[in-house]
Amino acid sequence: MKLQSWGNYPIIKNESFSFNQEEALKKIICNHNEMIPYGNGRSYGDSALNKKIINVRPHNFFLNFDESKGLLHIQSGVLLSEILNIFVSRGWFLKVTPGTKFITIGGAIASDVHGKNHHIEGCFSECVEEFNLMLPDGKIVTCSKTENVELFRATCGGMGLTGVILDAKIILKKINSKHIDQTTIKTKNLKETFEAFEKYKDKQYSVAWIDCLAKGDTIGKCLLMVGDFDDDRDLSYGLKKKLNIPFNFPSFALNTLSVKAFNWLYYGKVRKLVSKQKVDIDTFFYPLDAIDNWNRIYGKNGFTQYQFILPKETSFKGLEEILKSISNSGKGSFLAVLKLYGKANENYLSFPMEGYSLALDFKIEKGLFELLDELDKIVLKNKGRIYLTKDVRISKATFEQGYPFINAFRNLREKYKMNKKFNSLQSKRVEI
Amino acid sequence: MDYILIIGAKSDIAKAIARKYAENGYNLYLAARKSSELQNFANDISIRNDKKVKCIELDILDYESHQSIYNSLIEKPIGAISVVGYLGEQEKAQNDFEEAKMIIDTNYTGVVSLLNIIANDFEKHKKGFIVGISSVAGDRGRKSNFIYGSAKSAFTTYLSGLRNRLFSSNVHVMTVKPGFVATKMTEGLDLPKKLTAQTEDVAQDVFNSQQKAKNILYTKWFWRWIMQIIKNIPEFMFKKLSL
Repeated sequence: MKLQSWGNYPIIKNESFSFNQEEALKKIICNHNEMIPYGNGRSYGDSALNKKIINVRPHNFFLNFDESKGLLHIQSGVLLSEILNIFVSRGWFLKVTPGTKFITIGGAIASDVHGKNHHIEGCFSECVEEFNLMLPDGKIVTCSKTENVELFRATCGGMGLTGVILDAKIILKKINSKHIDQTTIKTKNLKETFEAFEKYKDKQYSVAWIDCLAKGDTIGKCLLMVGDFDDDRDLSYGLKKKLNIPFNFPSFALNTLSVKAFNWLYYGKVRKLVSKQKVDIDTFFYPLDAIDNWNRIYGKNGFTQYQFILPKETSFKGLEEILKSISNSGKGSFLAVLKLYGKANENYLSFPMEGYSLALDFKIEKGLFELLDELDKIVLKNKGRIYLTKDVRISKATFEQGYPFINAFRNLREKYKMNKKFNSLQSKRVEI
Repeated sequence: MDYILIIGAKSDIAKAIARKYAENGYNLYLAARKSSELQNFANDISIRNDKKVKCIELDILDYESHQSIYNSLIEKPIGAISVVGYLGEQEKAQNDFEEAKMIIDTNYTGVVSLLNIIANDFEKHKKGFIVGISSVAGDRGRKSNFIYGSAKSAFTTYLSGLRNRLFSSNVHVMTVKPGFVATKMTEGLDLPKKLTAQTEDVAQDVFNSQQKAKNILYTKWFWRWIMQIIKNIPEFMFKKLSL
C-alpha cells in the first residue's frame, strides 16, 4: 500500500496494521518494530509515515458523555468532525480546535494542536483530562496532569513516539450559537498588524491572513479576523455540500501571478478598515475543509507548510526579515497565516511559545528547500522553532536548537524502550 | 420512543443494522450472548444518535429462558430483527452430530423458540414487524454447506408461514436472503468481490425494504436472479455439479 500525508510528499510504500481489540494491538506492537501510529493523514509531512504504520482511525467508538461536566470519553480514532456533527446541535464545542476538523483525537493529542484561541486557552492538552496509552511492552497506562505526569507531558506533542493513544477524556465547552461574531481589521503593514493583534488580544479567537508577496512599505499587510461565539440560540449544524478538487492541478497552475491575483482579490474584497460579519463555525474555523482535497491544487509533486514561531521580543524583527526573504524569492505562498500565541506549556515537544507564528504553504519545487534552509537560519537566530506536525525537511541541528527539552524526551524514550518500537521518517531524520 | 429488538446483535450484519435503525430515530435492544462485550458498541451508537441502547443477555440455545427475557423488556419493541446465524463447518457436521445439531439449533430451533414468543405478543397487540435474516443457502442444498442451508431453508419456510399467519393481525414479516457478505463469518473464504456486499449495504437494504413492507428481500438484488437460475437447474444435472 502506498501512503502519504496531507502534503502528498513524500509518498512511501508501507504495511498497515489495524486492530479491533486492545489485545490485538498488543500483539501487533510486540511482534513488530519501527512503527508509527497513523490517524487521518492530516499532518503535512513525514511525522506519521514509516514502512509500518498502525492504523488508528477505525478505533473510533464514543464511549461516554457526562453532560454535567461536558466530559466526553472517546476512542482515539474519532475525528473532530464526528464530535462536531453530534455535539454542536446539543450546544457543545471543542475548547481548542485547529484549522481542520478532519483530524483524529489521537492526532490532536500527539501534535498538541492549537487554534485561534491559543493566547487564551492554550494547546489541546489543556482540555484533555486523561488518556490511556499503550506502551512498547503492551502495558496500558492512564496519563493525566496528576497521574504518570511524565508520560502525559511527553505524549502531548510527542508525535506518536511514546506509544499508541487508545482513548481520551476531553472537556467540551458550552456554546449558545453556531455563529461567530467576527470583526475584520485591514492593516497596511507589519507594524499595524502587530498593533492590531495587541489591541484585540482579549478577544477569544484571532488569526491574520498575510499577503506574502507584498513588497517594500506594505510588507506584512494583513486581514486580521477576531471574534467569539454569538448568543442567538441557533445551533442547527448540518452537512453542507462540499466542493472537491477531483485531481492534481498541473504544477504550473500555481505561480507568482496566480497567487498574487488571489491575494489581491482576497485583500481587495474587504473595503473598510474595520468591518463586522456574522459567520458560522465552518466558515470561521475550517474555511479550507469546505473544499475536499484542496491539497491537490499544489500538483502531484506535493507541497509543504512552513510554520515557525518566534518569541515576542524578536517577533517583529524576525518576521520582517523572513517576509522580505520570501518576497524576494518570488516563491508563491497561497496561504500565510499569522497568529499571536500565549505562554508555552510544560510538554516536552509542544510547538507554541509566547510570541508570533507564521505558516506558509509552498509547492515542492527546485530551490524550495534551499530557501527554507535560509529561513531556518533566521528562525534560529531569533530563538524560534519549527512545527514538527507540518515539517518534512528540517535538519537535526535545526530541530534540536528549537526544542530545549529534547534530551528529557530522548531519555524517556530510552527508559521505556520507545526508541526501538516507535519511529517515523521524521523522528529518524532529526534523531528524536 | 420506539424500540427495535436485534437478536444475535454481535454479528457484523447485526451491528450495521443496529446503526441504521438508530440513525433513523429508533431506540435499540441488543440481544446476544456475553452481551457485556457489546457495551462499548452500544454506548457509541447511543451517543452518536442520542438514542437509548440497551444490551440484553440472551443465549439463543437456552430455550427455557426466552419467555422470561422477553417479559423483562419493560417497553416492548415495535419490531424484532433476527440476525442469528451459525455457519459451522460442513465436513465436521457430517461426522460429528454435535456440530450438526449446533448448526440446526442455532439457525432454526432457537430462533423459532424466541420468535414464537414475540409473534404471539405482536399478534395480540395487532402491531409490530418481524424480520428474519435467512440465507440464499436455504434456496437449494449444495454439498458444500447443506446442513447450514437446510436449517436456513427451514427458517425461510417458518417465516413464510408466520407471514401468512400474522397478515390478518397487521404484523408484517420480512424474509431476508443475503448472498455473500464481507463479515467475520465469511472471513477467510475466497468470495468473488463483485458478488460480495458490505454490511452497510445489507443494512440499508433491510431498513428500506422493511419500511416499505417487502416480503422477501434478496441482498444484493441480483441474488434473486442468480438463485432463480440455480433453483431451475434440473436435479439430474445439479447432482453432478460442484457448487
